[in-house]
Amino acid sequence: MSLGIPKHIDNHSILYLDGVSVSFDGFKALNNLSLEMGAGEMRAIIGPNGAGKTTMMDVITGKTQPDTGRIQFKDSIDLTQYDEAAVANLGVGRKFQKPSVIESLTVFENLELSIKGHRGVWQSLVHRLSGAQKSKIDHILELISLQEKQHSLAANLSHGQKQWLEIGMLISQEAELLLIDEPAAGMTDEETMKTAALFKTLAQHHSLMVVEHDMDFIAALDCRVTVLHEGSVLAEGSLASVQNNQQVIDVYLGR
Amino acid sequence: MKHSTAQLPSANAATSMQLGPLTRLLVGDKGGQRFLMGLLALLIIFPTCNLLFAEGSALHVSTYTLTLVGKYLCYALLAIAVDLIWGYCGILSLGHGAFFALGGYAMGMYLMRQIGDRGVYGNAELPDFMVFLNWTELPWYWFGFDQFWFAALMILLVPGALAFLFGWLAFRSRVTGVYLSIMTQAMTYALMLAFFRNDMGFGGNNGLTDFKDILGFDLQDSSTRNGLFVCSAVALGLGYLLARWITQSKLGRVLVSVRDAENRTRFLGYRVEHYKLFVFVVSAMMAGVAGALYVPQVGIINPGEFSPINSIEMIIWVAVGGRGTLFGAALGAIAVNYAKTYFTGAFAELWLFMLGGLFVMTTLYLPKGMVGFVEQLKAGEGRSGRLYLWLLAQLRKRELKDAQPAADQGELK
Amino acid sequence: MRMVHGLLLWLIACSISQSVLAATDVEATVSQSSQAPSIMTLQSLIDTLPTASYDEKSILIRSIAEKSTDDSLAILTALLQGDLFYIKKTQQLVYRAPTEGKQYRAIAALTGEILGEYKNRKLKKVGINNKLRGELKNAIALVQLKSPDSRVRQHAVDALMGSLQPEYLPLIHQALLVEKDNQIREPLMVAKAVLDLSSKETELYRSAINTLHGSLYPAARIALIKFIEAPHHHSSSVLIDQAKQAIASIDQKVKLNNIAENVYFGIALGAVLLLAAIGLAITFGVMGVINMAHGEMIMLGAYTTFVVQQCMPNHLNYSLLVAIPAAFLVSGLVGVLIERSVIRHLYGRTLETLLATFGISLILQQAVRSIFGPLNQDVNTPDWMAGTFSVNPGLALTYNRLYIILFSLLLLAALALVLKKTLFGLQMRAVTLNRPMASSMGIKTGWVDALTFGLGSGIAGIAGVALSQLTNVGPNLGQAYIIDSFMVVVFGGVGNLWGTLVGAMSLGIANKVFEPLAGAVLAKIIVLVAIILFIQKRPRGLFALKGRAVEG
Repeated sequence: MSLGIPKHIDNHSILYLDGVSVSFDGFKALNNLSLEMGAGEMRAIIGPNGAGKTTMMDVITGKTQPDTGRIQFKDSIDLTQYDEAAVANLGVGRKFQKPSVIESLTVFENLELSIKGHRGVWQSLVHRLSGAQKSKIDHILELISLQEKQHSLAANLSHGQKQWLEIGMLISQEAELLLIDEPAAGMTDEETMKTAALFKTLAQHHSLMVVEHDMDFIAALDCRVTVLHEGSVLAEGSLASVQNNQQVIDVYLGR
Repeated sequence: MKHSTAQLPSANAATSMQLGPLTRLLVGDKGGQRFLMGLLALLIIFPTCNLLFAEGSALHVSTYTLTLVGKYLCYALLAIAVDLIWGYCGILSLGHGAFFALGGYAMGMYLMRQIGDRGVYGNAELPDFMVFLNWTELPWYWFGFDQFWFAALMILLVPGALAFLFGWLAFRSRVTGVYLSIMTQAMTYALMLAFFRNDMGFGGNNGLTDFKDILGFDLQDSSTRNGLFVCSAVALGLGYLLARWITQSKLGRVLVSVRDAENRTRFLGYRVEHYKLFVFVVSAMMAGVAGALYVPQVGIINPGEFSPINSIEMIIWVAVGGRGTLFGAALGAIAVNYAKTYFTGAFAELWLFMLGGLFVMTTLYLPKGMVGFVEQLKAGEGRSGRLYLWLLAQLRKRELKDAQPAADQGELK
Repeated sequence: MRMVHGLLLWLIACSISQSVLAATDVEATVSQSSQAPSIMTLQSLIDTLPTASYDEKSILIRSIAEKSTDDSLAILTALLQGDLFYIKKTQQLVYRAPTEGKQYRAIAALTGEILGEYKNRKLKKVGINNKLRGELKNAIALVQLKSPDSRVRQHAVDALMGSLQPEYLPLIHQALLVEKDNQIREPLMVAKAVLDLSSKETELYRSAINTLHGSLYPAARIALIKFIEAPHHHSSSVLIDQAKQAIASIDQKVKLNNIAENVYFGIALGAVLLLAAIGLAITFGVMGVINMAHGEMIMLGAYTTFVVQQCMPNHLNYSLLVAIPAAFLVSGLVGVLIERSVIRHLYGRTLETLLATFGISLILQQAVRSIFGPLNQDVNTPDWMAGTFSVNPGLALTYNRLYIILFSLLLLAALALVLKKTLFGLQMRAVTLNRPMASSMGIKTGWVDALTFGLGSGIAGIAGVALSQLTNVGPNLGQAYIIDSFMVVVFGGVGNLWGTLVGAMSLGIANKVFEPLAGAVLAKIIVLVAIILFIQKRPRGLFALKGRAVEG
């Protein structure tokens, strides 16, 4: 198994992007992007608009096919071979920038849909929740503080609650790697800090990649930071080291 | 079965064995319960009134009316099929008439073969139009249609296969929304053009008609008409229950999530295209059954049934009744078609104005259809809901006022 | 009297057969035919016309034609058109002109002398039958062959080509001698070769076959086939082979011609589709509004043309020029009305818009049906749009299609200019790209929406003017085009005028290329199925926008 894998990838990498490029009509959204995430790591991704953050997530989750490059999941799986549903079932969960929950279902039903299990048409026709699954949903409801709201429609949740519900859906999906796009957007300061705490809890059992603009939030996450610019990695390191990087400063100030 | 019996300990064991899954489907579905009760009543009353009471009697239901309502019931089943995909999965098919017509043609072919040598040309093997075209033998795709079981199978399989082929191509490459609608419209349009051709072997312009009997029963006979009516009502009931079963299962919730957030569903690990394909094929088959029951009642099937306008009209039935409510769609179909029968008879010129107006008004002012409107009224939501509540309050006040003087007078006395 | 008459005819017949027999020698022919008039004057020929039998008339017509004067042309033309009468009593040949009363003035055919006024029943038309009608046409053509006007000569040759007779050979020889215009020489040569090939002069065959090689006149191919199939063959097999090659080369050219013609029809159909779809490209492509009433906007334009023509029956040639802005205004205003009253409330709900606008289309159809009736209306084609433009003898292109192709391209260019270069176009694009931003910059987005929709509808109206020249104008006109226009926009890619152009042209040409192979209906089905399959491959059409813009 380890024969086909380059030496520099250690066995604990959860995600490894190698020379990934994507272009749209001549515009290079990703330009020879290489990035590695260790298993159980939490990573924050920052970068100005158009740096390629969302495109990177699209490429990892099978939404967009890269023109060149490899994307490896858990050392052995080439994600470029799979489509969105397959990638999700392999254990990659994604939260969109715009909260995306199923508004005409209840909170409980949203979690029921996402809970790990068979995804086939026929199974879903005769599906009943098992006791274990039910208690798991209860546990997640507790985790995202939505127990009281479990029977109200997702449409009636506040913006922050929708964000949490979506994160809860990823947890119930039992994704090993969570890709989270701007979770703190539109949250109050209190909610933001609560989310950061939630992520830290999650990081005990999952790997998280968090795209965010809110520096306070990233500081609260207290993790390694990667700066993307024009489709490739500009800098990587602790938040403090990145913030003091001259190149990064130039990019953010538009020089 | 046993499982559900256990869930309903209070119920009589024998009936709950029968009703167990049914009750589960209809729990909390007041509208559906009422709809099925109404259907059952219709199923008993209409044939009874048609057969038992003499023509002059006030309680008599003419065979004409019976057949007309039977036709509405077929439309209602078709509406449920449309609602299943549009209301629950967000697929707006502007070509569902094609599936309806294909089911109708399959039945028509069977009925055609039943004519045998009683046609104008007396050819036992070939339908009249083929003799007229100087054909000497039956085309291969007509074989087997002399057997009812084969025709019945085709009524499901042909629309199902077309839906599968079209859906497989479209959903796999993620043709969605308006594009899908336009493509389905093109599909039914292409089929219409094809069926208009004489050399397709389906009777061209005139279609299939002059049917004599079905399963040995004379189609002109009122007892056969009653039988068809009952079949339509039963099919509608079963269609409703099937649709309800699908939408109440987890599959139904996946469909809703595809409708509301297709990408989300996909990133949860569901193969959206499989779900869409499943429900599209089921819906097409339901439409096929509706068409098959429709044809012997109206006595003709021709390429006009494929016309894109027909398919769009189906959408308005569902929209008027209430998208995503199933029984509302069925009621919408019946209501709009009743109005159509009435107005095309009484004010032919006005009908298209009315139908057009219905399209505009429903989308602008009744986004949830009649069912949604009633619910809104009850809940007192929106402008009309508040108006309704206000009116109710006024009525109650007046009642109180009316009651007051009466009471006062009583006291005075 | 009767005897004299018969004698005269005999003399005429002699002179003609003489000239035919001496046909091959050009010199002789010229001298013969120039001698013929000396036997009979034109006056004496036409004097015998009223009483001649049909067979006799046939001979007379030929001799009159051989006079080849303007007078003989006038007589023959009048005879063909049924304008030639004779006074019953005197058997004088006359034209007649109506007078104030119920009488007619009789005018002597040749001299123009007024012979008095006669009642209708005193004058009798000189009768002709169908056979004579054909002969007359040829006779007229033979006379016209000598006309000083080259267009008349050209027309005459074309007319003769349809039914060549051996006895024309002398005149064709004669014409060839003096003809300078190559455009006319060529058909004359072909005519000569055709006649040579069916003659008994074997030594002429070779050069005749050479002349006919690759000639596109239908007569040339027929003559070659007759030559090959002739049972009494006394010519060498080499000649037969040559003739076969000549036919092959003709067939080759005909094939090319057919392809060219199909492509032309295809482009014309493409232009029609383009016209129908341009408006849609705006409402659907730019605004994202599915306007099912688009077809009815086209229909309104066509009806506007009809109304304009009813209003100015004496200036039909200019009616279209008036109809274009009128149709733009009518359809555009209706469009603005629809946008303000209905569509405005449905932005972001595409499928609902589709249903509502379909309802509007039903209302508009019924409105037109109630006002104008369910039948098709006659819309006239102005003179300048009639006629054909002949590329070669086998290929004639109709002017109306040519105009429509040019017009559609012009309209597309104008629209592109409006979108790119005007302030309105800029505002329109701004609103499309970022509504809140545009709004905060002071653009009245509501009005931009309304005007954009109006522009799309107005252009559909203009398309209706053009379509009124090609198809029936009836309440269902729009329906026939709505599916096709959607196909064009979907195929070409939404929001892209260039895509609309390419989409329209490819669909038009594909339709017309399949048509000879599969028939019109099947061709249409094939194209529809092909688009359905194509959309699977490229769900966003031929020229799709990629990347971020799509997600919006």
